[in-house]
Amino acid sequence: MNAPDARQYEALSIESAAIVRTQSAWGRVRASWSVRIGGSVLALLVLLALAAPWLGTVDPTLFDAGSRDLRPGAQGEITTLEGETVKHTFLMGSDSLGRDIYSRVLYGTRVSLLVGISTALLALAFGIACGLASGYLRWLDGVLMRIMDGIMAIPAILIAIALVAMWRGSLLTVIVAIAIPEIPRVTRLVRSLVLSIREEPYVEAAVSLGTPTVKIMFAHILPNCIAPLLVQGTFICALGILVEAILSFLGVGLPPDIPTWGNVMAEGRIHFNEYPHNIFFPGVFLAVTVLAVNILGDGLRDTLDPKMAKRV
Amino acid sequence: MLNFLARRVAATIPVMLIVAILVFLITRLTPGDPAAILAGDAAGTDQIARIRANLGLDQSIVTQFGIWLGKALTGDLGESFYYKAKVVSLIGQRLEPTLSLAALTIVIAVLAAVPLGVLAAWRFGGWLDRALMGFSVLGFSVPVFVLAYILIWVISLKLGLLPVQGYQRIADGALPWLRHLILPSVTLSVVYIALIARVTRASVLEALGEDYIRTARAKGLPEARVLVGHALVNAAVPIVTVIGIGIALLIGGVVVTESVYAIPGLGRLTVDAVLARDFPTIQGVILFFSFVYVLINLLVDLSYVFFDPRIRY
Repeated sequence: MNAPDARQYEALSIESAAIVRTQSAWGRVRASWSVRIGGSVLALLVLLALAAPWLGTVDPTLFDAGSRDLRPGAQGEITTLEGETVKHTFLMGSDSLGRDIYSRVLYGTRVSLLVGISTALLALAFGIACGLASGYLRWLDGVLMRIMDGIMAIPAILIAIALVAMWRGSLLTVIVAIAIPEIPRVTRLVRSLVLSIREEPYVEAAVSLGTPTVKIMFAHILPNCIAPLLVQGTFICALGILVEAILSFLGVGLPPDIPTWGNVMAEGRIHFNEYPHNIFFPGVFLAVTVLAVNILGDGLRDTLDPKMAKRV
Repeated sequence: MLNFLARRVAATIPVMLIVAILVFLITRLTPGDPAAILAGDAAGTDQIARIRANLGLDQSIVTQFGIWLGKALTGDLGESFYYKAKVVSLIGQRLEPTLSLAALTIVIAVLAAVPLGVLAAWRFGGWLDRALMGFSVLGFSVPVFVLAYILIWVISLKLGLLPVQGYQRIADGALPWLRHLILPSVTLSVVYIALIARVTRASVLEALGEDYIRTARAKGLPEARVLVGHALVNAAVPIVTVIGIGIALLIGGVVVTESVYAIPGLGRLTVDAVLARDFPTIQGVILFFSFVYVLINLLVDLSYVFFDPRIRY
């Protein structure tokens, strides 16, 4: 070994500076305006979704033939499941079956957030598993990455549409169908991270101490992937919300009686000329939600993953 | 060069093979008898029996795939019992509207996004730059069909400037064709503009920091020539790459846009086929779209030589 020279000390000091920075990662995240704005809007939406029953809504599947195609703010009546007829103000109007758009949009928030988050978690879970396997098990790498290349060559929406056609639309099948085309991107990300991290000195040290491979994967490598994966997960969540709405809108997603933004808009298409509110209100909710998630993702990327932020 | 061409073309073969396997599996992973699924809901027993014999369903799955792939390679993508027609001829009939829509969208997107990206990079941190970055986040977030309805509402219904829906064949006159396509293309181009403008901005920004830009300015070139002749040309490779990758986004958008604007193209065919559970058509369309996507990205790779003479294969 050579005597320690100045360059080594320099490298050491840069590394310790990096450690100080990562310790305050949470601080930087909280200080970011993108994270604050995106996070607050999302928190508000989560609150709306959870509190939907107490916000002046009715059961979103209820309809009343006498209250069809009401304009926003109109008074009308609605028949409850017990057969009672109650007065109800249709804040966002009603659709052509006489269902309350406001209730359907608010309950639709639940579906959208659930689909978005589940899609992200599912795609991350499978992507991490495939990425770790691919980065660590060389014999599996070639085959696995070729399959991922193949999946990526098919436009994501087409995969989702085909899968839903195969299994017919339900909450579970829609989530799985949206998550599958996102797995290759996560796999590639994890694989590239694994390939660079496994060359780090601390991994080398762990290997030379005889640490089992599985422990190295989960205790040494995975924790260092968390920041980019969090960012990636946020973008998948936004995409999942968007694709679910598209599937429902096209009529190939969740069954039409389930209140989702896409279903409300699909129903509103027919009378769009006269009653644009059926498309307008769910459309605004959808756009604001996806925007909030994207802004949150941008903020997380800029603070947690500066290397990726520089790329675009 | 020829050597590279051969290798690059050969590299797409395993990708297309995987795509073919995945598309083939669509009917095999669907619960139920593949022959009955392919025949559709209205088929009789003799029809199903004929399909079963045709596909070799009594043989092993590998042989079945071989038979199916052999037919696909010779241009036989099966028969749609819903449309009572060959899938290949269905795709042929629906090609023109989709091609028109996609081409016009790419033209609009590139013409808008590249200048915007260059200007944003030129005045980095200025109002245009910030406006463009804001617009691009918005462009990624507003769903294409919501945007479509806003445009229909304002431009067609309130102002009466353009037709609401439908498609006119280009053979019936270029003007009606264009009038019907403007709104769908603009709608579809928004996401694409957001994507291309971002990448253009980032890569021009990087090029502007190079020494040759300083040299060009020092020798007194007009700023426009510095930006276009030096910065943009050197930033071209990532821009062309993202246009190619964005084709996947475009295809997804086509499916939605054609549905909203009632354009009888391939996207509409896809949705109708799924709603009718017409599996031969679903398989054919996905195979076709993926093939186009892989082909375009192959062309993009080859175009690097043209944009960057330093790249020699």
